[in-house]
Amino acid sequence: MSLLAINDLSLSIGDTPILHDIDLTMQAGEIVAITGESGSGKSMTALAIMGLLPHGAKPSGNIVLDGADILQTSEPDLCRMRGNTMGMVFQEPMTALNPVQTIGDQVAETILIHEKTTKAEAHQRAAAMLERVGLTVSPKRYPHELSGGQRQRVVIAMAIVLRPKLLIADEPTTALDVTTQARILDLLRDLVREFDMGLLIITHDLAVVADIADKIVVMQSGRVVEAGTTAHLLTHMQHPYTKSLFEASRHAVSLPDTIQSAPMLNVQNINRDYPIARQTLLGPRPMFRALHDISFQINQGERVGLVGESGCGKSTLTRAILGLEDVQGGQITLDGDPVFTGKHPNLAVRRKMQVVFQDPYSSFNPRHRVDRLITEPFHLLKQPPKGQARQDAVAKALVDVGLSPDDANKYIHEFSGGQRQRIAIARALIIAPELIIFDEAVSALDVSVRAQILDLIAALCRKRPLAYLFISHDLSVVRRVTDRVMVMQAGKIVEQGETETVFSNPQHRYTQTLIAAAPRLPDLGMAV
Amino acid sequence: MSRNLIIGSLLTALFILLAAVSFVWTPADIETLDIQARLQTPNATHLLGTDHFGRDILSMIMMGARTSIAVALVAVGIGMAIGIPLGLLAAARHGSLLDELIMRGNDLVFAFPSLVIAILITAVFGASAVNAIIAIGIFNIPVFARLTRGAALPLWERDFILAARVSGKSATRISVEHILPNIINLMIVQGTIQFSLGILAEAALSYIGLGAQPPTASWGRMLADAQTLVSIAPHTALVPGFAILLMVLGLNLMGDGLRDWLDPRIRVVRT
Amino acid sequence: MIRYVLGRLTSLIVSLIVASIVIFAVIEVIPGDPAAFMLGVNARPDTIAALRAEMGLDQPLITRYLAWVTGLLQGDFGQSWTYKTPVADLINDRIWVSLPLAVYALILSTLIAFPAGIYAASRRGDAGDVTIMGATQLGVAIPNFWFAMILVLIFAINLRWFSAGGFPGWGDPLQAIKALTLPAIALALPQAAILARVMRSSLLDMLGEDFIRTARAKGLSRRQALWRHAVRNALIPVLTIIGLQFSFLLAGGIIIEQVFFLPGLGRLIFQSISARDLIVVESVVMLLVFTVIVVNFLVDLAYAAVDPRLRTKA
Repeated sequence: MSLLAINDLSLSIGDTPILHDIDLTMQAGEIVAITGESGSGKSMTALAIMGLLPHGAKPSGNIVLDGADILQTSEPDLCRMRGNTMGMVFQEPMTALNPVQTIGDQVAETILIHEKTTKAEAHQRAAAMLERVGLTVSPKRYPHELSGGQRQRVVIAMAIVLRPKLLIADEPTTALDVTTQARILDLLRDLVREFDMGLLIITHDLAVVADIADKIVVMQSGRVVEAGTTAHLLTHMQHPYTKSLFEASRHAVSLPDTIQSAPMLNVQNINRDYPIARQTLLGPRPMFRALHDISFQINQGERVGLVGESGCGKSTLTRAILGLEDVQGGQITLDGDPVFTGKHPNLAVRRKMQVVFQDPYSSFNPRHRVDRLITEPFHLLKQPPKGQARQDAVAKALVDVGLSPDDANKYIHEFSGGQRQRIAIARALIIAPELIIFDEAVSALDVSVRAQILDLIAALCRKRPLAYLFISHDLSVVRRVTDRVMVMQAGKIVEQGETETVFSNPQHRYTQTLIAAAPRLPDLGMAV
Repeated sequence: MSRNLIIGSLLTALFILLAAVSFVWTPADIETLDIQARLQTPNATHLLGTDHFGRDILSMIMMGARTSIAVALVAVGIGMAIGIPLGLLAAARHGSLLDELIMRGNDLVFAFPSLVIAILITAVFGASAVNAIIAIGIFNIPVFARLTRGAALPLWERDFILAARVSGKSATRISVEHILPNIINLMIVQGTIQFSLGILAEAALSYIGLGAQPPTASWGRMLADAQTLVSIAPHTALVPGFAILLMVLGLNLMGDGLRDWLDPRIRVVRT
Repeated sequence: MIRYVLGRLTSLIVSLIVASIVIFAVIEVIPGDPAAFMLGVNARPDTIAALRAEMGLDQPLITRYLAWVTGLLQGDFGQSWTYKTPVADLINDRIWVSLPLAVYALILSTLIAFPAGIYAASRRGDAGDVTIMGATQLGVAIPNFWFAMILVLIFAINLRWFSAGGFPGWGDPLQAIKALTLPAIALALPQAAILARVMRSSLLDMLGEDFIRTARAKGLSRRQALWRHAVRNALIPVLTIIGLQFSFLLAGGIIIEQVFFLPGLGRLIFQSISARDLIVVESVVMLLVFTVIVVNFLVDLAYAAVDPRLRTKA
């Protein structure tokens, strides 16, 4: 008998259909990955298995787990099964734990809820499980004292402390750094083998899927479009959607060659210090050095990547380059002029730089029309175009990024995530800057949309020599769109060089770790 | 539009209408006393009865609505006009000494409940409607300053503000152009709530003699006058009480309705 | 933790100093000579001069401020002009009505609001929730002093369960508590309505948090997740409101005392205002503000007890 058998699962919320005829089976000790883009219904499938569907969801079909049909089970019985027969790990470790309880209490609670045992005994088992998942801190700690990776280990401990038969992990590593991700995936794999449980992992990241799963289920708009064992599916994929998904995530971008040119941005030995909370009541506030003796140059038309994990100082560096914050040592100049000019920005320098941010949903004032949004940089011009000239500039900027001039009169909420990133690029390009900073600009996008945006960037580069600094935690993307790359760790640049050289022959230990940790899609030899 | 918004707006409109009509017409003149006709229960001549001086209660309610609305409206105006800019400034200079000063100043004002402020002001300048306005107005300042700062701070973290800064815009300009339009709905909703609190505060201050002075009509004074009569003529206490209740209820329903209508994510602070 | 408490303590002291300066300054800006003001227009100049000397008005401002504050610290609130007795005695006679009333009302308000708010949140959208929310909507809109009058009309005049006013003193605690019951209810119900609404919305916020979903995935029922995980987190905003409410109850008590003819600080302050006995006004206001600031300090400590994040930050 299978551990889990889903037959003809359909689901609608109100009148909106979410899932259509989902079929899925898995065995004990097996790792099955559900993958697909946002809105494909993969998380809803997971919640249905847990019996944790949102209010108003109407499911039909069967979900038979360990002999019991979840959809027919009463809520009290489901409560007895959750945490016991099936456990779940969520995407966002920062908010998944109760901030006012110790981690030990939270793990022990799973035991106390299901078993008649003493508190001391439960805490002892909780501590043992926390140790088993590789946590080295005391169970008496509170969640806010732990890093994201540590918190995710706590959530895993909570889910598996009673050795459930099925563990569901919904994007368990998406919010984590690549090195942490690798360790969490290793942990999950080990636990599956050790406990002989089934692991249903939900992820958008095809490299993770290929890396960990025994079986792959591809979903699109609430349907399973293709399923099979990993080895078979990767080499014999049938469905066009599956093919396009894999194609997009390894999508090659054809950048034009760079021409030898003069230096433009010059970052020289900069330090950036932040005051942090006092250690003693009246003592001086200690400083945290966020950037440590950073030096590099970007030439005209050069495409430079910056990789590093969260907290390494990438964002601080962005702000310093944009001249939004002063530095405590060294100097940043653009064409010889300093970028930081105190209270009154030096327009001459500022208008040579623009930026595209990560989150397409927070990059725009929701109350302004596109027209006003993308012309904001005109503020930097001494004589901004007016009347017809302005309209022409807006229309051209929109057409350049693949949108229509009519879009100028719409509000931002009328656009999808990918379209919004196009608008963000239009805003950056409208004053024809010499340097654009892409700050994780494609990280929040689905793979197919990401491929389109990368193509757009390449196309823009072909139109005119465009220099950019491409900041990302995603090594594979950086590798595809940059000529040169810098690796940053704890406020320092530990390695820089030609992109291909650095990736194929990393010198610094940290770079080697990063590259080794990044999950890779195997060469598929498929016919696309 | 929700049921709350409709009922609330209708109630509010009713009282505003009563106040407006009182400028041109009231059923009876409230300055002439008619002891013969005192303490009449509601009847055809006096729809809501008369008080201990024989004055028409409906007319006094209409005149009192004027006082209530004027005091509360101006007090909210003071709170918004000073509080919102202070809050915007504190958010724009987040973490600076100025921010700290503004917030500590707010905390300090919060330590003086509006009644205590009114007591201080009355002790110094004597009781009047104007002093009631000032007392309630002062209390409104930190309410709006805190709310504005609280709503503005997360906006300052948003990328579109960073984009505006990259475009060389000053903090003041960003506050006016980007922050204010995004918090104005919240301010309108909170304004309605503060308006209703102002009505309550004005009534309380007049009741204890620290608000509007005779001959200005006021709901609070009517209740003070009715206190000794409540056992023999309950309507003298019930009518002004229900006037306050309905007006405040109307404003609160309107506030809640507006919040749901404008933006379901808005959270008002009610103290 | 110690750092947090010390930090809050520093801010408590600073608040008290600034508040005392503000109160002192407000009383000082009274136009004209307070002594002449107190004695009225017909007073003889030498009487005024004598009073000025008695009140210490011939001293420089800073000396007078320091003398006032030093006095306050030693429990010496000065001498009332109208009562001819130490202000401290006047206050001592009355604070044992006002303070118990505020505390009584706070307890009632919390006892009503917590169950109501939690019940409404756990049954969001059903008839119980709608009824409670409707009732709180009314409660928020009722002027408490009018509500007090209605309570007198019903329970004192018609049903004769309580006396319509007055206070028998603490000689018989039961009678004293009985005398404070109607006033406390009048004060508490409108505040309870507000608190219940805050409790409900704070809980609903918490129920939408990720950690509630985690708790449900562990096998907790909806109700268990609410009680074990949502309530304590929801208390954080609720505590703020409780702190603010105490100052409203204390000040609101001044008004309610008028309705029930209670010999509390309210009566004292109004008599002093009409008699222009500014030393009494100044001291009572300072006392009220002092209480509010101290209560807010206690609320800050309560935060730290509820929220471990505050203990380790600064």
